[in-house]
Amino acid sequence: MTPDLECVDLVKRFGATTAVDNVSFCVPPGSFFSILGPSGCGKTTIMRMIAGFLEPTSGDIRIKGGTVLDTPPNKRPVNMVFQHLALFPMMTIADNIGYGLRRKGMARDQIARKVDEALERIGLPGIGARKVDELSGGQKQRVAIARCMVLEPDVLLLDEPLGALDLKLREHMKIELKALQAEFDTTFVYITHDQSEALVMSDQIAVMNAGRFEQVGTGQDLYYRPQTPFVAGFIGEANRWKGRIERVEGAMLEMRTETGLAMRATGSGTLSKGDAAEIFVRPESIHLAASDAALSDFDNRLQGKVTSILFNGAASRVLVEDDAGETLEVTLPQTGEFASMERGATVHIGWRAAQAICFGGGD
Amino acid sequence: MRSHARIGFVLLLTPLVLWLGLLIIIPHIDMLLISLRERISFGVYEPSLAQYQKALTEPLYLRTFWRTAVMSVLATAITLVIAFPVAYYIAKMARGRLQQVLFMLCLIPFYVSELVRTFGWMILLRETGLISNLLQWAGLADQPVEMLYNDAAMMVGLVYTSMLFMVVPLVTTLESLDDSVVEAGYDLGGGGISVLREIIIPHAMPGIVSGCIVVFMLSLGNYLTPTMLGGKDSLWFTEMIYNQFIVRSNWELGATFGFMLLVLSSVIVWGMLRLTGRTLQETMG
Amino acid sequence: MIPTIPQSQSFRLLYGGYVLLFFLYLALPLTVVAVFAFNDSQFPSLPWEGFTWNWFFGDKSPQTGVFHERGILRAVGTSAFVAVCVSVLSVSVGTTNAFLFNRYEFRGKGALYVLMLLPLVIPGIVLGISILVFSSTLANGVWNAAKLDIQALRPGLLLVILGQFSFITTIATLVITARLQKFDRTLEEAALNLGASRLTAVRTITIPFLMPAMIGAMVVAFLMSFENFNTTLMLVGSDAPLTIAMFDRLKEGSTPLLNAVSLLLMLGSSLLALVVILFQRR
Repeated sequence: MTPDLECVDLVKRFGATTAVDNVSFCVPPGSFFSILGPSGCGKTTIMRMIAGFLEPTSGDIRIKGGTVLDTPPNKRPVNMVFQHLALFPMMTIADNIGYGLRRKGMARDQIARKVDEALERIGLPGIGARKVDELSGGQKQRVAIARCMVLEPDVLLLDEPLGALDLKLREHMKIELKALQAEFDTTFVYITHDQSEALVMSDQIAVMNAGRFEQVGTGQDLYYRPQTPFVAGFIGEANRWKGRIERVEGAMLEMRTETGLAMRATGSGTLSKGDAAEIFVRPESIHLAASDAALSDFDNRLQGKVTSILFNGAASRVLVEDDAGETLEVTLPQTGEFASMERGATVHIGWRAAQAICFGGGD
Repeated sequence: MRSHARIGFVLLLTPLVLWLGLLIIIPHIDMLLISLRERISFGVYEPSLAQYQKALTEPLYLRTFWRTAVMSVLATAITLVIAFPVAYYIAKMARGRLQQVLFMLCLIPFYVSELVRTFGWMILLRETGLISNLLQWAGLADQPVEMLYNDAAMMVGLVYTSMLFMVVPLVTTLESLDDSVVEAGYDLGGGGISVLREIIIPHAMPGIVSGCIVVFMLSLGNYLTPTMLGGKDSLWFTEMIYNQFIVRSNWELGATFGFMLLVLSSVIVWGMLRLTGRTLQETMG
Repeated sequence: MIPTIPQSQSFRLLYGGYVLLFFLYLALPLTVVAVFAFNDSQFPSLPWEGFTWNWFFGDKSPQTGVFHERGILRAVGTSAFVAVCVSVLSVSVGTTNAFLFNRYEFRGKGALYVLMLLPLVIPGIVLGISILVFSSTLANGVWNAAKLDIQALRPGLLLVILGQFSFITTIATLVITARLQKFDRTLEEAALNLGASRLTAVRTITIPFLMPAMIGAMVVAFLMSFENFNTTLMLVGSDAPLTIAMFDRLKEGSTPLLNAVSLLLMLGSSLLALVVILFQRR
């Protein structure tokens, strides 16, 4: 099947800086594709090139198999939901949604019907006559999407549209956006710096850093099988150790940390004895126990003191200082077992080598 | 504390009331009263509508009145049409330094007196002036051309004089137009014309209204430009006021003319505000 | 039609050309005025008779320069006097107005605000004649009642000052109110909390905050007064300010002397504008 959107060797330079450095990807029809990265990584540049507001330095952008490089932005079969939505404040909601249809020269009554349908679909029937500033943040969001969707674009671009909303509404809109995408059955390309937005909604996520794609995959891929240190550090949280490889047994590695601890981890296979390396372990992969005996089937075991309890409901953590003086973040299970734990208590922690990921370099 | 605030309030209110009362309201009422009387003999007056009757029946007065109004509207329209693309360029096309410099360049001519600006146009347009010489040099004319003392020269001067008051409010409102709104217009399939008509102009409306009001007022109340650049038959209403007051010493008729000018300008300003659903406070303040 | 929207080369050239043409139109009259100030001829027009400084420094007829022309120098002095009076008065009243509208809620505030804006939409000539009419009514009244002739109420400098003050105050009020609206009231509360009295708090905190706007308004008022024509024309007595003096000469026929005065005016006001810009940037 032809991908809805395909970028080939896309490069964009501004003077001496390279904002987008040889990026290629395909988005299959009907999928929700996210580009996730810190601000300044070049994700907005990619999006503006797809929309036609920037010209790539080299490379190609294809929509449904055909190049759109020579197509001006007002003729491209893609539409965009802008970061601050860019609803037209001088028009009513109905005029906003009908704007693109009027540009196509559609008959008045047909436009009115389509606008009503769109309002129905986004769950806001009958608000067509209202002004933009009479709507709440979430309603504006839906109108901005409807304004694009009535044009039945091949690809809908969304530029961090949830950024301006407050936390609660943002959580709600994540679910709603996903539902809208299913409802309209259109390809969404979504850019964000918020990993939770990307993880919850996307079929595929590209993690972007410094103009390049670090890894493209499903949320599970990125979380469980990060391929680069950047992805391992950017998606979720991790405790890190640096050191040198001492032993290699297939995928299993043993590393001596700079503080002298021996640790077992899973590596990518390209590492050999003596290499500098870095191990990532997520706080939620670490088991907490009162005695060392309870952790006997874990590959890595440490003993330490609780220096701080960061209570945050289900996401509570404890900070544990091990004998080497390093502080680890460990998830505090809310099973009742550790309800009486206090600062200064001695605890045992352990994790499996399979959940400790090792990358080369790290120096 | 309360009486304290009371005293402060009164102290602050006093200058405002004195200013508006003694220099704006009472003088205008006095002017209205004077326009409503007729001189019987030396120092003897009686109330009458004779002045208004004279002003509204004498063809010269009426013709000048309407001509001034129509020409002022025309000058406003021309100024708007010339200024809009420039203001748009400054607000949306030029970036950074260039934007600042262009904006400053727009302001500079208006730090000099209107008299100097008018004088400049006289030097350019008169029979022995620069443009006449230029035309002869280029072979487009075989004798000196007089371009001064006609309606076109006057229009050039009026538009020039008011330009700043159109450009500045336009630049200010256009600058507040978010780029992404324009981009959204294009993204949804709009072309240059439709984006201009449906997005840019509606957004710039407040600036257009306040610019037009100020320019219209300035043109209507202008005395120098019509006097210096206009021809013998392009009499301006302000010249008639001046003539009645200073030359003829007929204050009754002069005050009547003044009042007519005031009513005309108020009606047009009110009409423009009404048409666009705005208030004077929003537009001027 | 913003830089991110692709446009054809020819459109961009055309647009750029138009803007260039516009700025030429703006610059043209001022440039010729400036250039002909140096023409060694009795007329500020072609032919060009050679370069001379005489219209500035010449001390004998027929080329008496600006700096030796009594009438012009006196008119400059008159204008400066009027402008200083007007700017001080209008900024003072503008400041009290700003505090009134910003700090107090009272019945009729909205109406009073609209009334405050009115001088901007009254033609200058009408402002002039209304004040002329009213002051002479007053003067006549005083004469009839007490046989006193109050010269100040006859056309002259006082009326010119009042006439200009009557509409420049609106502008000063708008400029200062805009700045006062940006003022964070909690700063004043902090000063009160630290032991200042209400008046001291305003004097030491609020007024310094307003200073840039007050100075800006002062300069704008000065320039507007200096170049005012319409209102002044109706109220002027025997001491003519510069614009009126130049107008009278212009009616009689112009010499490059007027160009020289104009050039000095341009330089003076640009300098003043520059000072304000530098001051406000600091």
